[in-house]
Amino acid sequence: MGKVIVVTSGKGGVGKTTSSAALGAALAQRGEKVVVVDFDVGLRNLDLVMGAERRVVYDLVNVIQGEAKLTQALIRDKRLETLFLLPASQTRDKDALTPEGVELVMAELKRVFDWVICDSPAGIERGATLAMRHADMAVVVTNPEVSSVRDSDRIIGLLDSKTLKAERGERMEKHLLLTRYDPNRAERGDMLKVEDVLEILSIPLIGIIPESMDVLRASNIGAPVTLADARSAPAMAYFDAARRLAGEVLPITIPGEKRGLFGKIFGRRAA
Amino acid sequence: MSIFQLFRKQRSAPMARERLQVLLAHERSSTGADLVSILREEILAAIAKHVQLDNDKVQVKMDRDEHVSILEIDVEIPLDAAMRAA
Ligand SMILES: Nc1ncnc2c1ncn2[C@@H]1O[C@H](COP(=O)(O)OP(=O)(O)OP(=O)(O)O)[C@@H](O)[C@H]1O
Ligand SMILES: [Mg+2]
Repeated sequence: MGKVIVVTSGKGGVGKTTSSAALGAALAQRGEKVVVVDFDVGLRNLDLVMGAERRVVYDLVNVIQGEAKLTQALIRDKRLETLFLLPASQTRDKDALTPEGVELVMAELKRVFDWVICDSPAGIERGATLAMRHADMAVVVTNPEVSSVRDSDRIIGLLDSKTLKAERGERMEKHLLLTRYDPNRAERGDMLKVEDVLEILSIPLIGIIPESMDVLRASNIGAPVTLADARSAPAMAYFDAARRLAGEVLPITIPGEKRGLFGKIFGRRAA
Repeated sequence: MSIFQLFRKQRSAPMARERLQVLLAHERSSTGADLVSILREEILAAIAKHVQLDNDKVQVKMDRDEHVSILEIDVEIPLDAAMRAA
């Protein structure tokens, strides 16, 4: 039975889709069978980030409404045999998702895949609550910035009340993924510190992804950053986060903190 | 990083532009139903007139490109249905 992970945040534009694609690809690069599901009905983007936009025939809503079989809607990645995408519909709205339909799709995906990664839409409405509904584990994507931290706190509350796990009285495993972390701004003291965010949200940290041009480049060419440039800083951070998701224990490095004296002086002068 | 890598790395924006142009051309076509999608639906409907279509036995693949699109329809037609039609 596969594990269902929801990638969620409350706030928009913090890096959920980027992270869903990168974590999904990183797990598939380890040979595990992964499907990434786009729950952002009406505003799908995962297909574009994963470079599959020209191959979408059917989508999640078609499957839920019985117009297509799940196997017909799944798109296999061209580079990774074990990575699949289930796209969202671009033409319908979120009401096209029914709780019963989502339940059936999730049950079937869990039977076939090792990992089912649900890319949640922003907000706290239907789309977001359906994306988290069947999760075994949550990745809460947060930027080191006040409104993102506040919205993450709100989402953590929903994870602990609106999910099947919560309703059954079980504990939802939640992990913090800090993204768009800028070492220079951290150094200058203009950004919330990692410790601050951790203290406020008090859920365990699964990784820190630096702000990086490599992420933009990856989305331009249509590849998860772990595939586009496996040796880039964000890719390595995503690889480590994926290993932690799979249960490995690794020390977390804060981007930029291992800089030598020269880096520090240079960083200050540049500021 | 060598200077060549730097140059190679800088060429992602044109690719983004090209991908978006192709995608949006398809998405903008009024109902979102471009020629390839229309053909897909009509071909499937034509087959369904003669054979009871089982969704499990139909695979549809599309690949849209700037210059050509590929529509691949793979239908398993059971032998008895084929004989009845003959
Ligand atoms: N580590 C990063 N470095 C630089 N840019 C990033 C990083 N992570 C994400 N981005 C950029 O931020 C923007 C938003 O990212 P993304 O689409 O993944 O967010 P999202 O949370 O899925 O947004 P939405 O809420 O709209 O679904 C994109 O342009 C993406 O390229
Ligand atoms: Mg998104």
